[in-house]
Amino acid sequence: MTLLALNPLVSPDPGLFIWSTFAFLILFFILSKYAWKPIVKALDEREHSIEDALSKAELAKAEMAKLISENEDLLKEARLERDHILREAKEIKDQIINDAKEQAKAEGTKLIEKAKDEITNQKFAAMAEIKNQVSSLSIAIAEKVLRKQLEDQDKQQALVNDLLKEVKLN
Amino acid sequence: MDLSHIFNSKKISSIVFCAVLFSFLSFSAFSEEHASSEASHKTSATEHDAKPEKEEDISKVILHHIADSHEWHFFGHFALPLPVILWTDKGLVSFLSNKFGHNDHGTELLELGGTRLVYYHGKYYYPEAVKSADGTYIAYNNQGDIINSSPLDISITKNVVSLLISVTILLFVFIGIARAYKKREGKAPKGLQSILEPIILFVRDDIAKPQLGHKYRGFMPYLLTVFFFVWLNNLMGLVPFFPGGANLTGNIAVTMMLALCTFVLTTVNGNKNYWGHVLTPHVPWWLYPLMIPVEIIGLFTKPIALMIRLFANITAGHILILSLISLIFILKSIFVAGIAVPFVLFISVIELVVGFIQAFIFTILSALYIGTAIEEKHAEH
Repeated sequence: MTLLALNPLVSPDPGLFIWSTFAFLILFFILSKYAWKPIVKALDEREHSIEDALSKAELAKAEMAKLISENEDLLKEARLERDHILREAKEIKDQIINDAKEQAKAEGTKLIEKAKDEITNQKFAAMAEIKNQVSSLSIAIAEKVLRKQLEDQDKQQALVNDLLKEVKLN
Repeated sequence: MDLSHIFNSKKISSIVFCAVLFSFLSFSAFSEEHASSEASHKTSATEHDAKPEKEEDISKVILHHIADSHEWHFFGHFALPLPVILWTDKGLVSFLSNKFGHNDHGTELLELGGTRLVYYHGKYYYPEAVKSADGTYIAYNNQGDIINSSPLDISITKNVVSLLISVTILLFVFIGIARAYKKREGKAPKGLQSILEPIILFVRDDIAKPQLGHKYRGFMPYLLTVFFFVWLNNLMGLVPFFPGGANLTGNIAVTMMLALCTFVLTTVNGNKNYWGHVLTPHVPWWLYPLMIPVEIIGLFTKPIALMIRLFANITAGHILILSLISLIFILKSIFVAGIAVPFVLFISVIELVVGFIQAFIFTILSALYIGTAIEEKHAEH
């Protein structure tokens, strides 16, 4: 105590010590209850809400980017699909045309073939008919001629002679 | 809160540069001034004799300004008397400080409710039975210390009034802000709220969180109260007139009270790990007789350092400012004011910064000490 009593500056005054302890403790308790608690809480809450809002915005941004890229992908895919479909359609069209052409060609040749056959057949039939007709006509003519010729004896004899002559000539 | 922009600010650095330049210029002027005044003193023998006495007076005046007082001196002979409350051996006595005039030379006996007191150099003592040779009722021992016993003085002194004013301001401001936070929930701060919010966040993010870790929440009220209490009182101490001017945070009783609060919080919250460090330090067992007392002394040196640091810094600032002003009276020349006043201005600006820094240091060290007390056991070091 003698050391502290050397200078009034460094000897704590009990009165001020008591008063400041009271005042500080009262200040501390009132402020903790009515000021610091709500202030710190409000600050925390505001920070949380800001953080939340930011992270939500970030999420929304990511979502947006995802959607956009998805849309782009979809568009690209659709474009590819369209091209593909168009190409396929063209191919099919060409194929169909080719097929039709070929079929038509084949059918045509077949028809021509058939017509040719028919013509030949008809020709042969007609030829046979003509031959028959000619032969029957010749026979009839011959019969008629023969009848006429053979109505008298002389003529028959002459004929036979003729024939015979002919034979001799052969 | 990032403070680097303050130090990086062009404006501030240019001000500091000017101040330094000015101080050099004025220092050379000062030495000239001093030499001339020395010369003038030598011419007059009476003045020369008066000089040492005057210097002693000035150191007394400075100490008087820094010390507590039973009245609030405004100017000239006008002072606000404050209630004196004494716990004497005959019970509680209270009166206004101007009841017995302004005699503090210890030459008058004060009759109070059956007890007699004497007022000497701002303090009340029980008088000696007879007047001593110098006409006072004060007696001294061989070392020159007063041996009179004194009653317990729980007066509402100048410092107590200042304390009550600062407490009232703090209550009004922060309860008002808390109301603003409730009213404007989730909205951006406004007015006073937006001025103090960064500082509250500074205490939270740069003081509490790094020192206390995830358990910072419970100590926030204490740290915030200490920070704003110390800061406001540092600033009020710099205001030279009412309601400032009381050297509250430069009074060792107040810093002792604050340090004691930190000490109590540290001790009460100390966990097993903390006491383990004190009672079974990580040294070979045969060093225990040395280390345990050192650790126990360490428990007390921390708050004592807190107490002295704040007290000494603020008191030193006040003494510096008062000394610079006293130069005018020591050198007995009005022209010294041309140097002393800019110097005082310069120091006052530094003291503004010191007021903040000391509040910050007191708070961060309190947080650090509490932090070591509540720290969980981790890797050995």
